[in-house]
Amino acid sequence: MKKISAAASDKKIIAFNAVNKWYSPHFQALKNINADIVKGEVVVLCGPSGSGKSTLIRTVNRLEEIQNGTIEFDGQDIHAPKLDVNKFRSHIGFVFQSFNLFPHLSVAENIMLAPINVLGKSRPKARQRAVELLERVGLAAKADAYPGQLSGGQQQRVAIARALAMDPPAMLFDEPTSALDPEMVGEVLQVMKSLAREGMTMMCVTHEMNFAREVADTVWFMDAGRLIEKDTPDNFFNRPQSERAQKFLSDLRSH
Amino acid sequence: MNAKLDFSILMRPDYLKMVLEGVVTMFELTLLAWILAMVVGTVLAVVRMTNSRIAQGCVATYVEYHQNVPMLVQIFLWYFGVATLLPATWQHWLNANHSEFVFAFIAVGLAMAAYMSEDLRGGIRSIPKSQIEAARALGLSYLKASRLVVLPQAIRIAMPTLVSHTVLLFKNTSLAMTIGVAELTYATREIESQSFRTVEVYLMATALYLSISLLIMTIGAMIERQLRIQAR
Amino acid sequence: MQDIFIILRDNWALLLVGQYPNGPLGGLAITLLLSILGLVFAFPLGVILALARVSPIRWLRVPAMTVIYVVRGVPLIMFIFWTYFFLPALTGQTVSGFTTMVVTLVIYQAAYLAEVVRAGIEGLPHGQTEASRALGLSYMQTTLKVVLPQALYNMVPAMVSQFVSTIKETSLGYVISVNELTFAANQVNNTLLTQPFQVFIILAGIYFLLCFSLTQLARYLEQRIAGKRTGLQTLSRRMQPVE
Repeated sequence: MKKISAAASDKKIIAFNAVNKWYSPHFQALKNINADIVKGEVVVLCGPSGSGKSTLIRTVNRLEEIQNGTIEFDGQDIHAPKLDVNKFRSHIGFVFQSFNLFPHLSVAENIMLAPINVLGKSRPKARQRAVELLERVGLAAKADAYPGQLSGGQQQRVAIARALAMDPPAMLFDEPTSALDPEMVGEVLQVMKSLAREGMTMMCVTHEMNFAREVADTVWFMDAGRLIEKDTPDNFFNRPQSERAQKFLSDLRSH
Repeated sequence: MNAKLDFSILMRPDYLKMVLEGVVTMFELTLLAWILAMVVGTVLAVVRMTNSRIAQGCVATYVEYHQNVPMLVQIFLWYFGVATLLPATWQHWLNANHSEFVFAFIAVGLAMAAYMSEDLRGGIRSIPKSQIEAARALGLSYLKASRLVVLPQAIRIAMPTLVSHTVLLFKNTSLAMTIGVAELTYATREIESQSFRTVEVYLMATALYLSISLLIMTIGAMIERQLRIQAR
Repeated sequence: MQDIFIILRDNWALLLVGQYPNGPLGGLAITLLLSILGLVFAFPLGVILALARVSPIRWLRVPAMTVIYVVRGVPLIMFIFWTYFFLPALTGQTVSGFTTMVVTLVIYQAAYLAEVVRAGIEGLPHGQTEASRALGLSYMQTTLKVVLPQALYNMVPAMVSQFVSTIKETSLGYVISVNELTFAANQVNNTLLTQPFQVFIILAGIYFLLCFSLTQLARYLEQRIAGKRTGLQTLSRRMQPVE
C-alpha cells in the first residue's frame, strides 16, 4: 500500500545544499550532497555499508558536523552562529539504532525527561502525554517499567515515543531495526508505518526494503559518500539507473 | 599487664563526657569533610569532562597533589602554613572559632575530594557515549544532560569505591588530633594519660571506630542495593 | 620563593639524612628505610593472609577475614598507639619509635596487600586452575607454581602503589617522635618559626616528587602488563589507605 504523496506541500523541511564532510584529509564521507525533503514526505535512505548514509542523517541534528555547504531545517540554516543548538535539536525527533534509553529512569520518565527539562512542561501534563504516546505505540502497560525489563522491540518503540513527545515536525530514524532480533522488527516498522500514514515528515536509514516499498515517497541511494539516485520506490526497485544501485539491489535479493 | 581489665573506669562521668564530646566532634568533622569532598569532587569530575585542555590539566594537578602528599602533611600545611598567610581579620575570627577544627575539615575534605572525583570519573567514563548523544538529540543542554542522565548513572557505578573512600575519610579525621582537635583519638589519649588504664580505653576507641566503619559500609551496601533495583 | 631556596640550602642535610654522621640517621633516609622494611616484611605476611583469605578451609579463612576487616576499619594512628603500648609489654623491653613504626606498618600494609594479592588471584582466568588440576597437580602445587606467580606479576603495579601508601604512612611516625621526614621538617619549622608555610611547602614538595614518580612508574608498569594480559582488571590505583 503506497502512500499518496503530499503533493500540495512544497514546504522544504530539510534541505541539503552542496554538503561535504571529511573525517580526515584522506577520507571524505559526504561528497556534494544536494537534496531536500518536503513536508509530509517519507524518504528512505539506503546503500551499502560505509556509503555515508548514517553520517548524512546525523548531520541534520548536528551530531556530526560538516565542513562545506549548508543544511536547512524548517527554513533555518542550522549552522547559523546565533542558533540555540539545544532548542533546535528539541524540534527534531531522532531514533537511534541502539535505542539509547536511559536505564536509570522508568519508561514514562524517559519520555517525560525532555518535555519537562527543555519545553518546561509540568509533570502531570508530561505524564499524561507520555501515557498517550505509550498507548499509541502499544506499550501503555509498561509505563512504570524500566528499560532493562523490556525487549529490544519494546525499547525501540519507547524510544520512538520519547522522540514524539517533543512534537517535532520531522523524525529521523538511523537504522531503527538493525539491532533487533528478526521477530521484533515488525512491531517497530508497524509504528513507523502508522506515523508515515498520519503525514509525519520522515527520513529513515534502513535496510528494510519492504518498508520502503510500502510507505516511502522517495528512495535515496548512496554509495561511497555520494547521493547517486533519488527516485520513487517503484522506479528505484524496478528500474535502477546506475550500475552501483543495480549491484546493491541484486546483492540484497540474493539473500 | 598484670591487672585485670576493669571497664568501669570508663563510666566515670568526666571520662564519659570526654568520650562523648570526642565522638560528637568526630562525627561533625566527618560529616563536614564528607560534604566538602562530595561537592568539590563532583565539580572536579564535571569540569574534567569538558573538552578544555586547561581545565583537565588543572583538575589532574589537583588530584595528583592530593593523592601524593601525606594527609598529615596536608593538615600541617593548612594549619601551620596557610593560616599565617590569611588576612588578619580572618585569622582573628578563626582563632576565636576553633581554627584547628576548621582547618582539619578543610584539609581532609579537599584531599578526599580528589579521590571522590577519580571515582566519579571512572563511573562517568563507563557510560557509553550514546547516552549523551541521546540526551543531546532530545535537546538537553550539556549541563542538563550531565545532571539528569550522566551523573545519576555514574554515581551508581562508582558507589562501591565511593563508599570505601568514605570509610577512608572517616579514618583520616583521627589525624586531626595532631593539631589539637578534641576528637575521639585525642580524648582516648587524654583519658589514658590520666587513668593509666590503657587497654580498656584503647579497646573502647577501637570498638567505636570499627563499628562506625562497619556502619558506613552497611549503609553504603543498602544504598547500592536500593539504587540497583530502581535502575533495573 | 627565595625564602624557599634559602631554607632548602640551610636545611637540606637535616631533611634528607637527619643529623648523620654527627648523630642518628633521620629525615628522608628514615622515611625510605621505614617504607622499605615495612613493605619487605609485609609482603610475605600479606601473601599468607591472602592465601588464608581465599582458602576453602574455614578456620583459616575466617580469622584472616577478621584481621583484614579490623585493620581496614581502624585508623592507622590508633594502631600506632596500640603497638607503642603493646610491644614493650609483650617483649618486656623498651621499644624504639622506629621499631614500633616498622611493626605497625608491616601489619597494616599486610592487610591491604592481602586484598591486592587476593584480587590478583581471583582475577586470573579460571582456566588456569582448571588446567593445572586437570594435569594432576594438587591444590598447594597449583597455588604455588601456577596461580601465585601469575597473580603476583599482574599485581606489581598495585604493589608499587602500596609502596607509595607506605611512604605516606611513615609521616605518622611524627606522632611518636620517630625522626622521619615530617618530624625533621617540624624541627626546622620550630627553629625558624617565621616561615611555616615555606617549610611545609618544601615538605609537601619532597613527598610529592617521591610519590608522584613512583605512581607514574606504577602506571607505566600497568600499561606494559595490561598489554601482555588483556581481559584482567587493572587495580594499581585502588585500595590506597591514604594516611
